[in-house]
Amino acid sequence: MKFFFKTIFILFILFTFNNQKTEAEENNKELLKVDWSFKGIFGKFDRTSLQRGYQVYTEVCASCHSMKLLSYRNLAEKGGPEFSEEQAKAIASNFELTDGPNSDGEMFTRAAKLSDKFVEPYQNIEEAKASNGGSYPPDMSVLVKARSGGANYIYSVLLGYDDPPSDVTIDDGVYYNTYMVGNKIMMPKPLSEGSVEYTDGTEATEEQMAKDVVTFLAWAAEPHLEARHKIGFKAIIYLIILSILAYFSMKRLWSRVEPEV
Amino acid sequence: MNDHNYVPSSKLGKWFNDRLPLLSLSAHLSEYPTPKNLNYWWTFGGILTFCLLGQIITGIVLAMHYVAQADLAFESVEHIMRDVNYGWLIRYFHANGSSMFFLAVYIHIFRSLYYGSYKSPREVIWIIGMIIYFLMMMTAFMGYVLPWGQMSFWAATVITNLFSAVPFMGESITNWLWGGFGVDSPTLTRFYALHYLFPFLILGLVILHIWALHIPGNNNPVGIDVKKPSKDTVPFHPYIVIKDLFALLVFLILFAFFVFYAPNLLGHADNYIEANPLVTPNHIVPEWYLLPFYAILRSIPDKLLGVVAMFASIFVLVILPWLDTSKIRSALFRPLYRQFYWILVLDALILGYMGALPPEGIYLLIARVATAYYFIHFLVILPVLGFKEKTIPLPLSISEPVLNESSDVVKNNKMSTE
Repeated sequence: MKFFFKTIFILFILFTFNNQKTEAEENNKELLKVDWSFKGIFGKFDRTSLQRGYQVYTEVCASCHSMKLLSYRNLAEKGGPEFSEEQAKAIASNFELTDGPNSDGEMFTRAAKLSDKFVEPYQNIEEAKASNGGSYPPDMSVLVKARSGGANYIYSVLLGYDDPPSDVTIDDGVYYNTYMVGNKIMMPKPLSEGSVEYTDGTEATEEQMAKDVVTFLAWAAEPHLEARHKIGFKAIIYLIILSILAYFSMKRLWSRVEPEV
Repeated sequence: MNDHNYVPSSKLGKWFNDRLPLLSLSAHLSEYPTPKNLNYWWTFGGILTFCLLGQIITGIVLAMHYVAQADLAFESVEHIMRDVNYGWLIRYFHANGSSMFFLAVYIHIFRSLYYGSYKSPREVIWIIGMIIYFLMMMTAFMGYVLPWGQMSFWAATVITNLFSAVPFMGESITNWLWGGFGVDSPTLTRFYALHYLFPFLILGLVILHIWALHIPGNNNPVGIDVKKPSKDTVPFHPYIVIKDLFALLVFLILFAFFVFYAPNLLGHADNYIEANPLVTPNHIVPEWYLLPFYAILRSIPDKLLGVVAMFASIFVLVILPWLDTSKIRSALFRPLYRQFYWILVLDALILGYMGALPPEGIYLLIARVATAYYFIHFLVILPVLGFKEKTIPLPLSISEPVLNESSDVVKNNKMSTE
């Protein structure tokens, strides 16, 4: 039986190793590592960081990056930034969208409601490209899951702006980034000291803003992470106890059988 | 089935059982004599049944929320993840379930290879198993396409393009598969229909697989036939049921770890980017469980021959019962085969590893050597080994300890191997 577990373990290590190898290859430099609050078996989002992160998103990123999979109601849901429902309603009402047709057959503009998806900065991809030098700012709803390296990668890119080394020439409208795959990025440096003024008085350093906004994006990509960690812990404890019970029942039953060869 | 006669105790039971012998069947299943020396490697049959049913049940729930249309598929998966009650749990169970299913099936297959379970009189069980395995790969591949992320789209493009290697009709075949001139909505929709159909074909084949198993009964670690059922076997219920249950629970701990704490570890980040026919990902890689075949495919410089080699690698498994000429089943009594067995395991792992790396330089060379060795193992080593190998004397029976040289069984055994 020892052998049985050992093999499972080895296989498991192999897969993990296999996967990390390919991840590391795609990034030419080791990523900045943050001790995220949402990592680990009991990982949870830092509520205040999520709220600040939303502020950074909406004041800095949202002018170019959509988050079309999120609704305003999500901001008040459990396991997220947990704004109060009033706050979430107030946030939604800051945005305008086109609805309709009304009974006269005409489209009209109205303020967004809790049930609406996040209003997108551009009408369509073409408009987004035209306004950004031909490159499309990706939707950020699942961005953290869509990049190998995840939260650390996004964090590193946000802080990875630097002057290009002397042997690298950079065209106009392209920026040098230490961590971006290929080192070239079309997005100008988005965060600099004091880009936002936090309502809770936290000092808006680059690192702080990057950390907050990445926490927010990690939640957006995985809104049920807290429930997953909680249920997972219970499920595994339950399985371990049940395995132990099954093991002793098995031993008892098999004690009736003559030992084999 | 075995020949005992079960008579239900109640009148109604007897009336029903005479018309449809379901009660006899369940009595057979619970009394089914199972060798008492089965080790934990034999618990994977039960684990696989659980995996199949788990995939079918979660799959049906996912199908209630998923939309198989190119413009909507990606968002419908995210809708499941976000808005469907426990949708994230169902989807992560299903996505990681396929990995767990393949992990279990590889252990099951390699157990069979080690203990010679594919040999007479169990060839039909083995062949049905190989058909199941092949259908599993097709099902898993089509399932991987459904979320319509970048890897979905490009994996579909790469795999369907393989058929363009068919001489003369290649282009017509690929167009027919796609339902158009490229991978698009019609491709997605038909993959979805087949992804829903195949698990039920697999389920049917699993029933045949178990039926075929119940004719000769289980093989066992020493690989000799049951001599005295009363001494060598135990009834399936409760002895094997409780053992399978224990093993399943331990397996589920690993399963739960992936579902709850590393749900995307075995996936690829690019699949969270919506499919875009205009942007090709840097590396197109299939899921881990298909990597060895991907390595074989790419190690052959010619496209058509590569496809042929890939299918041949599965076909040699199908005809394995006739390639292995040794009469001794279990590797415990085949010292040379045991070594070649572990080399094959290593070879398969190397192929898997090379499948994940770009096919260039030293990687390509290693993949080629490993591919060649894979075929040499089955086509040269196994047939020759049966004649050349000096095997270790077999025990007299499952319950009796290993015996002295003079016993009859050993003599017979020597005759058959010399």
